[in-house]
Amino acid sequence: MRRAFFDTVTDMAQECDDIYLLTGDLGFGLFDEFRSKYSERFFDIGVAEANMIGIAAGLALSDKNVYCYSIIPFLIMRTFEQIRIDIAYQNLNVKLVGTGGGFTYGLEGFTHFGLEDLALMRTLPNITIVVPADPLEAKCLAKISYEYRSPMYIRLGKTGEPRVHNSEPDFRIGKPIFLSEGSDIALFAIGSMVYVGKQVVERLKKSGVKTTLINMHTLKPFNRNIVCQVASAHQVIFSLEEHYTEGGLGSSIAEVIAEKGDGGIFRRIGVDKLNRFVGDSDFLREKYGLTVDKVYDRILKEMKRN
Amino acid sequence: MNTYDISEYERLCKDVRRTVLKMIYETKSPHIGSSFSAVEILAALFFKYIRIDCRNPFDEDRDRFILSKGHACSTFYVVLYKKGFLKEEDLKKFAVNNGLLEQHPTRDVQKGIEISTGSLGHGLSIGVGMALAAKRDKKNYRIFVLLSDGELNEGSVWEAIMFAAHHRLDNLVAIVDCNKVQALGHTRDIINMEPLSEKWLSFGWVVKEIDGHDFKQIFEVFDLLSFSTGKPNVIIAHTTKGKGVSFMEDNVLWHYRAPDDKEYKMALRELLE
Repeated sequence: MRRAFFDTVTDMAQECDDIYLLTGDLGFGLFDEFRSKYSERFFDIGVAEANMIGIAAGLALSDKNVYCYSIIPFLIMRTFEQIRIDIAYQNLNVKLVGTGGGFTYGLEGFTHFGLEDLALMRTLPNITIVVPADPLEAKCLAKISYEYRSPMYIRLGKTGEPRVHNSEPDFRIGKPIFLSEGSDIALFAIGSMVYVGKQVVERLKKSGVKTTLINMHTLKPFNRNIVCQVASAHQVIFSLEEHYTEGGLGSSIAEVIAEKGDGGIFRRIGVDKLNRFVGDSDFLREKYGLTVDKVYDRILKEMKRN
Repeated sequence: MNTYDISEYERLCKDVRRTVLKMIYETKSPHIGSSFSAVEILAALFFKYIRIDCRNPFDEDRDRFILSKGHACSTFYVVLYKKGFLKEEDLKKFAVNNGLLEQHPTRDVQKGIEISTGSLGHGLSIGVGMALAAKRDKKNYRIFVLLSDGELNEGSVWEAIMFAAHHRLDNLVAIVDCNKVQALGHTRDIINMEPLSEKWLSFGWVVKEIDGHDFKQIFEVFDLLSFSTGKPNVIIAHTTKGKGVSFMEDNVLWHYRAPDDKEYKMALRELLE
């Protein structure tokens, strides 16, 4: 997925000579082509993320279109205050591209997990938050991001993400993608959980449950209208995200439904609490209830309970 | 560009201090000490060195100035007023409800404020980004960043210092307003940064030290910019916190305190002499 994103950025960089690419000394092999072709516009800032965000701001203030890359905790959490002041409040054209959403970096341990990033970025003004679900969406987003002249946080996985789409989707910022429509329950999913959701929908279908699945790839600005419409048409709603249940997609939906006032049943599926499990990303997703089987079981259980 | 002689600069600085004193007294604002230590540096920068013009504030080729020690903004605002970027009524909207100017500056290029500052340790990195862009665009403008000595406690400053030297940013000029007092006391008692000059030198910068209140020394050194091809420039300006008002000088109290009526009159008297 990150390859799809940055290959597209590299392709664009030939015509768009204002594209600058900064990394905090991460992304081995990922930027080789960009680095050799456009060495004047590529900077390995070193292991110094706060400085990277400041430099990105200085470049953006000089009319550059800047992409900053690192693993999510180092890109987003260590530098939160630089992002807050230098990028968000000043509304600068910087794209923060984080790799390692959720448990992507499984065996590397919790220092490398991305579980709070959406909550953090949601609180900042001017930042658009987009989470592509597969390599095709990542490619579309890379193209769109160039024209988007304001701050953006792009949350990526890493490699080997399965395809949600067979061909390039109609991917537009702020426009959720309906992947299935059914009258019984609705699932809102984001990022890696869209593919999981798609398989869950198939399983539910076999059990006679008709499901609407919506890919809510844009967390900010949040499309409240779609949430309201879907909430009005469904009595049971779930959110699916590889992020803490606080502050991300589930919270965003809960806010809309609560303010709307006539909601049915809503449950957030995500990470409730971090335990000390050691394992790869698939192992951890299983442990935290984010696999197809676990999500399917949870949904049926919640439906029976109600 | 104005070409005052030194006595004219000194007169200008007294005038700036009087206005800053009044603004701070009227609004009960903090940071008068940090604002007074930077008066001569800002006056020299804005009236002799920095190429900016209030009639063309967005000029792509303008020099860039970053007040990384954003808490010294009252002096910055007064200098911007004297340069025509701010109007007299703008200064009246400093630190008041429904005002225009906060106690730390917010970006407004039209008014000469290139970036928002107030959180220490941001300005030099942004200056580095601007300096890189200028190099890549083959532009001749320079980037001046004014830091405080207490600010050098921030690790991010040293990230920027390393990067600027590695990338040979000789269009970048850092000035340290070394007033030797930070928020809770003397810098030597909190985090002793000495030998400061050697630190910058060993990081690959060209270092000059001056008395930051002595225009002769200021001009002699600033006239030499850029000091050396391929190296970033730092001027360590030794200053006195609260400079110009005897009872404020080198006293941490005036990092926070605004003068009361009696102190205001006493201070004003010293600045009229």
